[in-house]
Amino acid sequence: MPETSPSLQDIQDKLGPKVLEISQFRGDDIVVLDPMDLRESFRILKEDPRLRFDFLSDITAVDYWKKKEPRFELVYQLLCLQSGKRLRVRVPVSEENAAIESLTPLWRGANFLEREIWDLFGIKFIDHPDLRRILLFDEFKGHPLRKDYPINQQQHRVPERKVEGTFVDERSHNKLLRLKKTLGSKD
Amino acid sequence: MSVPETRDGANLPTEIMELQMGPSHPATHGTIKFNLKLEGEKVLDCDVEVGYLHRGFDKSCENVTWTQVIPYTDRLNYASPLINNVGYALAVEKLIGVETPPRCQYIRVIVSELSRIFDHLTCCGMCCSELGAITVGFYMIEAREMITRIVEALTGARLTVTYVRVGGVKHDLPVDFAERVERTFKIIRKLLEDCDGLLSRNRIFIDRMSNIGVISRETAISYSLTGPILRATGVNYDVRKTNPYLVYDQLDFTVPLGTKGDNYDRFVCRIQEIEQSMKIVEQALKNLPVGPVWIEDPRFVLPEKEKVYNSIEGLMHHFKIIMEGIKVPPGETYFAVEGGNGELGFYLVSDGAGRPYRVRVRPPCFLAMGAFHEMIKGYMIADIVPTFGMVNMIGGECDR
Repeated sequence: MPETSPSLQDIQDKLGPKVLEISQFRGDDIVVLDPMDLRESFRILKEDPRLRFDFLSDITAVDYWKKKEPRFELVYQLLCLQSGKRLRVRVPVSEENAAIESLTPLWRGANFLEREIWDLFGIKFIDHPDLRRILLFDEFKGHPLRKDYPINQQQHRVPERKVEGTFVDERSHNKLLRLKKTLGSKD
Repeated sequence: MSVPETRDGANLPTEIMELQMGPSHPATHGTIKFNLKLEGEKVLDCDVEVGYLHRGFDKSCENVTWTQVIPYTDRLNYASPLINNVGYALAVEKLIGVETPPRCQYIRVIVSELSRIFDHLTCCGMCCSELGAITVGFYMIEAREMITRIVEALTGARLTVTYVRVGGVKHDLPVDFAERVERTFKIIRKLLEDCDGLLSRNRIFIDRMSNIGVISRETAISYSLTGPILRATGVNYDVRKTNPYLVYDQLDFTVPLGTKGDNYDRFVCRIQEIEQSMKIVEQALKNLPVGPVWIEDPRFVLPEKEKVYNSIEGLMHHFKIIMEGIKVPPGETYFAVEGGNGELGFYLVSDGAGRPYRVRVRPPCFLAMGAFHEMIKGYMIADIVPTFGMVNMIGGECDR
């Protein structure tokens, strides 16, 4: 039904000054939003009966190092399950204050996606329930998908971690210690 | 009745037990770790740790040409590499703004659906054999092997196919392709019938699958789940129907839906999708048009060898594409296809140079692992195995 299908004009009307830019490219609708009160803007996009972008397809980020100011841009792919219409929302984020409101209260699937962005880009999410690294290990230094992270960068070796849990078998640990002693290893 | 005493004299522990399952566990195919909180055998909470197979797909793609990304996409979901190829090629073509000839589109549909059958057979077969139905596992692996042989005859490789190119496919179908497919589908249908006879009235199987790993419709949408997991809850979302790409809008097929959102519905959805996929392949082979399988644009497609050796333009185009890579105009795009596990999206950013500025894959099973604790909370520890089996987590795609 064309009269109920959301259009870019509708979004402009509903969000008003929050919309920084509106464009279309290769048939995709693109909206650039102000990072201020981002969650409220998304709530309108999700719950407004004329827009109804109720499905969060994906969140990712792009690093425009030395190409654009502000440096980062978060990219949200929204979908209206009823009509199948897609919308791409881009939100600029500056390097100095690389933090943005989390969307986990609106879509719980945002949890893993935002953790991944924190892990690989180092953009913080305010009010995220559990912002830890997800794909990389905790001791990893830096954020590899930033353009200033060299592709051949090496990481320090991580010392063996102590395993915690109810049933931890200490025997393997002791065996390892004995082995190290016989081999004369210092650590 | 007195409380039995443990070795050190204390009562049997009633406190919450923490158990780590994985990263390498015989019942979970794929390296993944579950940090479980248990009360007896009941799962109270489950924290999923992914990332053991992370190899920096995005970063690697930023340092190679657009065409050289295609072998990397093979290694995303290695149970359906052809769908990844097709999805990436379609995304790049959308960014360039070209459309491939009809024969190429039909071939892409055929290979996607063959891959989907392969993916579903892997998932269902493995899940059944983990539940003890090892015969079903073997039957499905046999059916899968038949698909692999077709794929091998077509592409020359079993899994790392690299068949689809930007602007076409590597080469046309082999001459006896249609007969081969027909023969194979006959055997697969027989095998699936046998599997159905072994499972559909099997008390053990149904008890282990039905009402296990239930997720409600609203929760599934909130967690951005797609594919058979979402459709098992009754949400009719299939990218092939909602945003038709290639020639899916000209083909007749239905999207199987579940009602309860439990493991059994997921299983049935997948099995019925195999039948639908076979139907699509048969239709596509029947309607396969004649014509080229490449677009005719020397900026994006390698010229024929004859032209390369005999004309200066041909040699120049060849040199340009090999040395500099194809030039994709600046811009950004998102293109989603229906992968084996759900919506497989590619978000591409180009700055006009010969290399991608950013390649992002929307991995369906990464998001499914994000919702895994919701599926397993309140069930038994043994239920992790079939639930995880029906999620069909593929490490290559989940961790990229």
